[in-house]
Amino acid sequence: MEKNFWLTSEPIEINDVISKVVRPEAGAINTFIGTVREFTKDKRTLYLEYQAYVPMAEKKLQEIAEEIEVKWKDTKTAIAHRTGRLEISEVAVAIAVSTPHRKDAFEASRYAIERIKEIVPIWKKEHWEDGALWIGDQKETKSYKEQLPTKEE
Amino acid sequence: MVDVLLFAELQEKAGSEKLSIEADGVTVKELKKQLLSTYDLDNINHAMIAVNEEYANEATVLAKGDVVAFIPPVSGG
Repeated sequence: MEKNFWLTSEPIEINDVISKVVRPEAGAINTFIGTVREFTKDKRTLYLEYQAYVPMAEKKLQEIAEEIEVKWKDTKTAIAHRTGRLEISEVAVAIAVSTPHRKDAFEASRYAIERIKEIVPIWKKEHWEDGALWIGDQKETKSYKEQLPTKEE
Repeated sequence: MVDVLLFAELQEKAGSEKLSIEADGVTVKELKKQLLSTYDLDNINHAMIAVNEEYANEATVLAKGDVVAFIPPVSGG
């Protein structure tokens, strides 16, 4: 079965993600690749650790693709996200969206990464020289207080 | 019994990723109270809730075999 949304503990091959959305109807494929950054302000990251609620995360990635289809029409989306330990510059997430015209592909891939940060159960633990911490609530969404994710805008 | 899944800092605090708890017929809110009486999980109140892999609220009544996940603020991407 073709799987377009997946979590993996192995390095992500970007072409595996892109090839899922190649099709004759497409005139544009936009990719977003999230990588591990070494410095955040003055703080140096040694490595990251990602944990996921895998079955739910894969479902939520698929839901994001469904949201994209409602918003832009005639889209095809594929998303892969890493789990486990990642070194600096490794690929944490790869998103590919194909659409007939470029504008939609740009917008939809941007939308996908923003939604990942809101609704997909994946967590990042930063390991610094002087300690480690699970990072949360990067978007500081109000709705966490209600213990429900942000609704689609 | 219901299965309770914990992630990230909640998992570290509880020292376990999965707990089996007698909570058939009770709400998630009551389950939380029960967990808080046994484990040092203050941040559970900042976590989202999923029942059987779908987001749910505290008022959800649990049934035998349900899987409840406490989802701390996510940080993927």
